Amino acid sequence: MKVLILGAGQVGRTAAFHLAREPDNEVTVVDSNEAVLRDLQSRLDVRTVAGNASFPAVLEAAGIADTDILVALTSSDEVNMVACEIAHALFRTPMKIARIRAPEYTSQERLFADGALAVDVWISPEQLVTEYIERLIRNPGALHVVDFADGRVRLVGMQARKGGLLVGQQLRTLRDHMPNADARIAAIYRNGRFIEPEGETMVEEGDEIFFVAARDNIQRMMNEITRAEEKVRKVVIAGGGHIGFRLARLLEKDFQVKLIERDVARAHSVSERLDGTIVLNGDAQDEELLIEENIDGTDVFAAVTNSEEANVLSAMLAKRLGARKVLAIVNRPSYGELMENRSIDIAVSPQTVTIGSLLAHVRKGDVVRVHSLRRGSAEALETVVHGSAERSRVVGRRIEQLDMPNGASIVALVRGERVVIAHHDTQIETEDHVIVFLSDRRQIEAVQRLFQSA
Amino acid sequence: MRSILAVVNVLGALVAIFAAFYLLPIITTLIYGETAELHVFLQSAGMSLVIGLSLLFGTRRFRAELKPRDGYLLVTMSWISITVLAAVPLMLGEPHLSFTDAFFECMSGLSTTGSTVITGLDALPHSVNLWRCALHWLGGMGIIVLAVAVLPLLGVGGMQMYRAETPGPVKDAKLTPRITETAKALWMVYAGMTAACVLALSAAGMPMFDAVCHAFSVMSLGGFSTHDASVGYFNSPLIEFVLILFMLAASMNFATHFTAFRRLDAGAYRRDPEARWMLIWLGFSVLLLTGVVYARELYPTMEESLRHAAFSAVAMATTTGFVTADFSLWPIFVSMWMLFLSCVIPCTGSTGGGIKMFRALIMIKQFFREMFVLVHPSAVAPLKIAGNVVSNRIVNSVLAFIFVYFMTVVVLVFAQLATGMDFISAFSGTIASINNAGPGLGQVGPATNYGSLSDVQTWVYALAMFLGRIELFTFLILFTPSFWRK
Repeated sequence: MKVLILGAGQVGRTAAFHLAREPDNEVTVVDSNEAVLRDLQSRLDVRTVAGNASFPAVLEAAGIADTDILVALTSSDEVNMVACEIAHALFRTPMKIARIRAPEYTSQERLFADGALAVDVWISPEQLVTEYIERLIRNPGALHVVDFADGRVRLVGMQARKGGLLVGQQLRTLRDHMPNADARIAAIYRNGRFIEPEGETMVEEGDEIFFVAARDNIQRMMNEITRAEEKVRKVVIAGGGHIGFRLARLLEKDFQVKLIERDVARAHSVSERLDGTIVLNGDAQDEELLIEENIDGTDVFAAVTNSEEANVLSAMLAKRLGARKVLAIVNRPSYGELMENRSIDIAVSPQTVTIGSLLAHVRKGDVVRVHSLRRGSAEALETVVHGSAERSRVVGRRIEQLDMPNGASIVALVRGERVVIAHHDTQIETEDHVIVFLSDRRQIEAVQRLFQSA
Repeated sequence: MRSILAVVNVLGALVAIFAAFYLLPIITTLIYGETAELHVFLQSAGMSLVIGLSLLFGTRRFRAELKPRDGYLLVTMSWISITVLAAVPLMLGEPHLSFTDAFFECMSGLSTTGSTVITGLDALPHSVNLWRCALHWLGGMGIIVLAVAVLPLLGVGGMQMYRAETPGPVKDAKLTPRITETAKALWMVYAGMTAACVLALSAAGMPMFDAVCHAFSVMSLGGFSTHDASVGYFNSPLIEFVLILFMLAASMNFATHFTAFRRLDAGAYRRDPEARWMLIWLGFSVLLLTGVVYARELYPTMEESLRHAAFSAVAMATTTGFVTADFSLWPIFVSMWMLFLSCVIPCTGSTGGGIKMFRALIMIKQFFREMFVLVHPSAVAPLKIAGNVVSNRIVNSVLAFIFVYFMTVVVLVFAQLATGMDFISAFSGTIASINNAGPGLGQVGPATNYGSLSDVQTWVYALAMFLGRIELFTFLILFTPSFWRK
């Protein structure tokens, strides 16, 4: 598939990395900064073109004429939209994705209807990251929470701790603990290595466990894995940028939220648009400010500034001063691995959170949603099964009869409104939404081939 | 000097327009065949017209676009000169008042206070009673707002005049892009609601003439009545109920009425935080006062206690000042509570007086903000009313206003005490006058009137009413050196 990426910023580079490592894709990146492009070309197998991303001549030089997907990821919403318009008007590009950050645009649904703006799909990394952190805060104890089928099914990753009912038990005992609620363990990682979950597998303290369940069963299932956490009441957000502001607005109705912003003007502008959040003007790495605002009584401290170093440092400081759980936005995967579960509780990687929504559109077959997990080494995807029993390799068959590649497993189905947790004898029907967990991302080709109807 | 003459030029136009207002009593004299009064009003109208036109044409050469500061001068000059001119018929004809009393009566009318020095209202000619109530109606929305609506001559400078005259802390919100259209819209709403009030009152059983006078009086939150016993004369719960409704309507922001009428959307009232808090405070107060009045067994039944307490509380709180019962005989708690309400209940952009609900809300929020900042020294806490940020500039001007308001009350109370008045009368009368409410307690209580005062005392209260109506700053600014510096 030919992909044209506009903008080689953080999101653009990550998209290029994830797309280029799939062998079928031919990726071209356009940016106005030649130095960035040179650097990118030395690391990734992509073509680069320097120039203004919305000029037709530049787009043409980048080969838009036969591009399958245009992904406009520059830092300007307006450039992204204009580039999509031009691609549509001059080159009839079939699929146009634009990054649009301003809620002023994205809240107008009619703008993105057919015949209006030529943007087929918009993504807002800030919004995705904000919603991801919101789910983490609302599900204390979880390290990952991702949604499938409009939130009917959730995949949750968390660490097994003492006090969880399942800890020290075999997986098969799950049915005895939860006779009515259906859930399935999708993967277990012990010391960073994947273990195939079988009935006899013992759950040990410190295991990272992924499970799927219908949304309503999530909380009960979490109690299986770790002792029930205290309710979250007090949240401190460090950073009043796009993410900090949106996060405060999502949380301020249900939690006591404090937001720390360093810039005076930004603090004022944020405080005018928030209701109920206490906005503090100061530095989140200022020990006295944190103590003054009772950091030791804080349930969650979320460091979401633009600087990952500041995030890590303020989160570590908050942890030391007594915050119960701290999370920080960390861009570099190596930082995240270094920190997570040690000095900070959760390292949120914006790239990992965002990239899934792009990947869903480049995958073959009817892929609705892709979530990248464990810094890109694992993946969970939702795909719709089409076709009849004669023509498809999955329809009408039981899961145990499928030729699933190693390191991939079907964990749940959504049939209409109903959530079906996968068992070996579950039969797949046409139009089912199938949720697949890939512990080995390289099997993605095989999985796609299996689900494409012949 | 030239700029003063330019102001005098506009003043001439205002006075000439005011002469047209005499048509109301003149028509009344014709209807009721009051020949003697017809002459009086014709002479008065002629006088206003001649003075107005000679000012207008005498200063024609100096005509110029008014500057922002000229607005303050124009408002003060026009209010005083029109009050003097309006007093003429009360001196020439019935009830043959002295200049002091006639000036007080007309200032009370134009400032929508409703205190009277006249005893024997029932015996006055119809045209004189109508004149008193018509002054309320004119003063309620404002002479200059009317002039801006009908006169293109004020042009762009009209916004300055409008700001100087209109009560309330936030005056920049125009309803329509053009100030002339805004002024017209306000007067249309005002006139429309007055017409509705006339119909409602006559349907409730009030004679037509009384209905017109009381509609003028209630829509401007004035308080003049055509009877010495005020609304108590009718002794009708239905009339009192209708009046309560219109008093509440008139003490809301007319911009809210305008929005509600134009979009035919009652939600405008729900979104108006002032209207909401006004109703909450009033509702609570009515229940409280009814309880106190009932507990003291002033009236035999609960219903009667509620009827009198509710009417008195609404009439005083909205700064109307109609009377159905002599509340000076009630416990001092009740009457003082009602005087307190008159300071804060009317909304911005209504015809009521006092500190106004918007300023009261800002004060309360500012108090909580100070407390909050003590607990969180680094907090950034903008002051918001119904989700809208109120700038510190406005908060400061509200603080200054309230300081000046209380200082003015203190000075005026001392002035009255110096004339030998007792404290209760001096205090309650000053509060009632500066809030444009009307009746106070003691010597100026609801059962008596302001006729028994000495001349000096009368002038002090007239000043209080004037200061209250134009909200202090517009007048006091004339006494600052920086105003006159070139």
